[in-house]
Amino acid sequence: MQVEMKDQINAVVGRYQTRRSAIMPALALVQESVDRLHGDVLKEVADVLEVPEIWVYEVATFYGMFNTEQVGKFHLQLCTNVSCMLAQAERLLQHLESQLHISKGGTTPDGLFTLSTVECLGSCDTAPVLMVNQDYHENLNEHRIDELLVQLKRQAAT
Amino acid sequence: MLSDKDRIFTNLYGQHDWGIDGARERGIWDDTKSLLALGREEIVEQIKGSGLRGRGGAGFPAGIKWSFMPKESDGRPAYLVVNADESEPGSCKDREIMRNDPHRLLEGCLVAGFAMGAQACYIYIRGEYYLESQRLEAAVEQAYAGGFLGKNACGSGYDYDLYIHRGAGAYICGEETALLESLEGKKGQPRLKPPFPAAVGLYGCPTTVTNVETIAVSPTILRRGPDWFAGFGRQNNAGTKIYSISGHVNKPCNVEESMSIPLKELIEKHAGGVRGGWDNLLAVIPGGSSVPMLPKSICDTVLMDFDALREVKSGLGTAAVIVMDKSTDIVEAIARLSHFYMHESCGQCTPCREGTGWMWRVMTRMVKGEADVDEIDTLLDVTYQVEGHTICALGDAAAWPIQGLIRHFRPEMERRILEYKKSKQAAAE
Amino acid sequence: MPKLTIDDREIEVPSGLTVLQACELAGVEIPRFCYHERLSVAGNCRMCLVEMERAPKPIASCAMPVGEGMVIKTDTPTVHKARKGVMEFLLINHPLDCPICDQGGECDLQDQAMAFGFDRGRYAENKRAVKEKFMGPLIKTIMTRCIQCTRCVRFSTEIAGVEEIGLVNRGEHAEITTLEKAVDSELSGNLVDVCPVGALTSKPYAFTARPWELRKTNSVDVMDAVGSNIRVDTRGREVMRVQPRLHEDINEEWISDKTRHACDGLGRQRIDQPYVRRDGKLVPASWEEAFGAIASKMDGLAGEKMAAIAGDLCDAESMFALKQMMNGLGSENLDCRQDGAKLDASTRAAYIFNSSIAGIEAADAVLLVGTNPRWEAPLINARLRKRFLASGLKIGMIGPQVDLTYQVEYLGAGGETLKDVAEGRSSFSDILKNAERPMIIVGMGALARTDGGAVLALARKLADEFGMVSDDWNGFNVLHTAASRVGGLDLGFLPGEGGRDLESILDGAGKGEIELVYLLGADEIGMNNLGKAFVVYQGHHGDAGAHRADVVLPGAAYTEKNATYVNTEGRVQLGRLAGFPPGDAREDWTIIRALSAQVGEGLPYDNLGQLRQKLIEAHAVFAAIDQVQPGSWTDFGAAGDLEAAPFASPVANFYMTDPISRASDTMAKCTEAFVLGKQEGATGTDG
Repeated sequence: MQVEMKDQINAVVGRYQTRRSAIMPALALVQESVDRLHGDVLKEVADVLEVPEIWVYEVATFYGMFNTEQVGKFHLQLCTNVSCMLAQAERLLQHLESQLHISKGGTTPDGLFTLSTVECLGSCDTAPVLMVNQDYHENLNEHRIDELLVQLKRQAAT
Repeated sequence: MLSDKDRIFTNLYGQHDWGIDGARERGIWDDTKSLLALGREEIVEQIKGSGLRGRGGAGFPAGIKWSFMPKESDGRPAYLVVNADESEPGSCKDREIMRNDPHRLLEGCLVAGFAMGAQACYIYIRGEYYLESQRLEAAVEQAYAGGFLGKNACGSGYDYDLYIHRGAGAYICGEETALLESLEGKKGQPRLKPPFPAAVGLYGCPTTVTNVETIAVSPTILRRGPDWFAGFGRQNNAGTKIYSISGHVNKPCNVEESMSIPLKELIEKHAGGVRGGWDNLLAVIPGGSSVPMLPKSICDTVLMDFDALREVKSGLGTAAVIVMDKSTDIVEAIARLSHFYMHESCGQCTPCREGTGWMWRVMTRMVKGEADVDEIDTLLDVTYQVEGHTICALGDAAAWPIQGLIRHFRPEMERRILEYKKSKQAAAE
Repeated sequence: MPKLTIDDREIEVPSGLTVLQACELAGVEIPRFCYHERLSVAGNCRMCLVEMERAPKPIASCAMPVGEGMVIKTDTPTVHKARKGVMEFLLINHPLDCPICDQGGECDLQDQAMAFGFDRGRYAENKRAVKEKFMGPLIKTIMTRCIQCTRCVRFSTEIAGVEEIGLVNRGEHAEITTLEKAVDSELSGNLVDVCPVGALTSKPYAFTARPWELRKTNSVDVMDAVGSNIRVDTRGREVMRVQPRLHEDINEEWISDKTRHACDGLGRQRIDQPYVRRDGKLVPASWEEAFGAIASKMDGLAGEKMAAIAGDLCDAESMFALKQMMNGLGSENLDCRQDGAKLDASTRAAYIFNSSIAGIEAADAVLLVGTNPRWEAPLINARLRKRFLASGLKIGMIGPQVDLTYQVEYLGAGGETLKDVAEGRSSFSDILKNAERPMIIVGMGALARTDGGAVLALARKLADEFGMVSDDWNGFNVLHTAASRVGGLDLGFLPGEGGRDLESILDGAGKGEIELVYLLGADEIGMNNLGKAFVVYQGHHGDAGAHRADVVLPGAAYTEKNATYVNTEGRVQLGRLAGFPPGDAREDWTIIRALSAQVGEGLPYDNLGQLRQKLIEAHAVFAAIDQVQPGSWTDFGAAGDLEAAPFASPVANFYMTDPISRASDTMAKCTEAFVLGKQEGATGTDG
């Protein structure tokens, strides 16, 4: 782990009463710069925070946004919960699957896109909603999805 | 229908500047010092008098909840924790508050925290709300820079710190004790109650966990008076409320309206009405996925408040209105909710950990009709086996949608089962 | 004392109890999986739900504190439905492994399903399966059976003090794991006991027996000096396993891994018949031949040329008999301190754990001197940890720097530091001075050295000056490593008038002044130091002693005789015969009795009862079974200077400290895994 990362983690510890509380923000920070939160990465976080390794494992595996498996450059997270389902999210899922030639849960061979279905993203008034990494894309239809994919591919090329 | 002058959330749609300047123009941080000068007891009394009930789903009277905090410290610090983990399917109101009116929330944190005797506040915001957390962090920085938070907050002589903590994708962390566990760096597994957070909360210190909306409306209540707030809605169901309306309506939206507004009026006046007209309505889930659904016949006349909805065996919850028209596969919709609860179960207690999986698997078969008719009663029995036997309300929340479905749409479930059997017979021949 | 009503009967209970505990006092059985009296409350299995008046839904009785006027009902339709429901949920993903599961017959899930569950299952969907996890050489894991009660997590965290087990993932995917590392704790075997189902079972015991086949004998452990209460389970003559037995004042309901798992050593390397050395080789012999060889060596040999050394596992009866026989032959050269510890037997208070093990819970400051309690007496370490967790305990350590699983202030390595503390120059001196119940624990690491007597004297002085000894509290404690030591000191298996101690015996043997040495199970002395002496070894395992001996007499191990042991507290306890010794081996005192008739006047007892009577007549303390008898606080220790060498713990490898554990395959595996730093990395399916 880089020194800057260790410093960032130690800085965040100051917000809390215990070092353990910083496990979640530490994992969120570390996730931005590693393939996946696994093995040695978790051990290092435990060492920096001076907590038992198993505590970090428990947190990393409990919360859905911590990727313990590798995801593509763009993690396409489509909400399929009830409000989005009523807005035809299933159709959009099929569309994405056919456009990307992968099934849900899979990653494109070029490592660019991972397609997941997720639970309610809290933007039900603008359903259907897709979260790409940390950005929300709302009021979607097939056309807007196609545009989005083009935009993302362009972004990756630069 | 609520008139604009009575709206608390004056930037709900983000037309104005969300930053400190825009906030101040809208009256936020205006002489907050004098609100604090009312003193702890008076503030709590006024909140009690306003009839404000928790806006996070449980509807517990806010003033009473705040009064549980110790009047004097026994050496331990006290905390206010704001539950911004909005993950209830259908609910998207807190998001608007946080991204468009963050300073309204922060001012509420200060006033409410002071009233409770808290030294610091944590806002636990769901991890998916990244943009919102960025805006909140920026607003916090602005507030500190302007002297509204931190040492001698607003010149009141009271020191108050505020921190943002991001969640990471767990609905269960919206449960208050699971949220505290998560803040402490552990898995979000709810604690047993008693002891209650006001006695043993964050790091074992007295804590109150409240919803974003509840906190955000508090300064306005103090400024405009508890009677003003209590003037909206029926007895025991006071004030204004942000409703999130989604599903088969023409204009899904968030809207701040009076409590006790008729459901029909709410949908028709603010959400453009049901797709295809009111008579195209099949059912409505009035308060987020955790409350049982209501068939059209009840929706025709029911009022949107805690007591009215409880009387028809549902609940106001977070006032997330999910509208389903006749094109909806109602069994599939509930099966999808069952999947949600199974996915979000923390796994700590037996009925939820095992029961939500069982319920989902049976519901999946019910979508196809791949079952026997008496399995409907077995499923119902299982929901009663889960309900009331779990550590937290997620077990109840998983059971209720299925109970609502069976209560109002059993014929539809039976129809599918018979059709599936028929089609299997036909295929066999 | 709150009064509450349980099933229409009023009962008054101490405050601070939970409803479940109150129900137990009222004689009402409450089913449970996650609740355990000695662990924190989890409340997650939901099996203990009962009805409480004015509560909207059933309450978890294990977590609800008792309140005045509560009305509890445990036998209503609501409660039955709750129990049946929870049991049904537990069984939907639980594999139907009973026929192949070691827990069968002693399984909480089986018992409670029979008593409180449905008579059929309604679940028709897929059952989930979970991968096995690696937990080390002692714990076999079949995690599909796990019901996620988290008792193992709580035991590991709270009692054992190692944060190595956790529950990862969420919802129905939740799994117990150790991240594929062996659980590195000397108390890990207890995890198998706390697991209510067959998820964690004993690896060495796997697939070997069913509980109903076993005969259970209550006895006492000798693997260390704690005297843990055990239950020895035998099938025929074979000891299948050792289980803990409840004793609130000693081991509560735990035992160490060595106590539990060294028992397979009882079946290996056994001396099952006499041997005599001819032409440099040990050859099997008859009792006559063996006794004859000894008798001919002893014939005409002056008493002062004979010596006897008692080992670490000896029972009081055989030491008493041997002492009588040797004294009768004119020898005063006896020593039970085969590690050379400079223990002073002038008063009992000088060599016992005066505070008692349970007394640790009253202490507020502890000074550890020359001891690693984690490896020398795990159950005493567990008690120290228990006291530490209750907060307010300060612990200082002089000696080896080791992780004891609780916070310790390391003060220094040896005598210099002890002097500093004693003379008030250390920060810890103030802590001891201001403590209300300070304690000092002196281990063999500080006493088994040439300056041991001086260390003892200094420790005594320290105890005096820091107010450790008063009318109602004696904080001076000696922590023994050997089960036989206190018994030997109590009955005086020590040099008599003009007699030689261990050092002098060995010196004499080397010089030829000692011509016959009788080793009673003594294997820890350097056998090279016995010179050309004629060595008689009486014991049960072919270890160092038998290797050197000229005559080998087959004795009985601790599970094979009715015998008396005195633990480090000075508590007299009775061990019981669970199975007969192999081949020609005999109870040790009977061998000495038989030999005594051949080499001199026969000893004056023909059965165990008579021997015990004589023992008690000579040393009244042996009559006080299971009681701690204090000693008078007189002067003890020796004058002299302390040496510079640091205090080192005498236990280099926890898993192998005596002939039984050295013969144990399981202990060898543990040594490999935990002491030699090698890990197996197996998945646990290789049995």
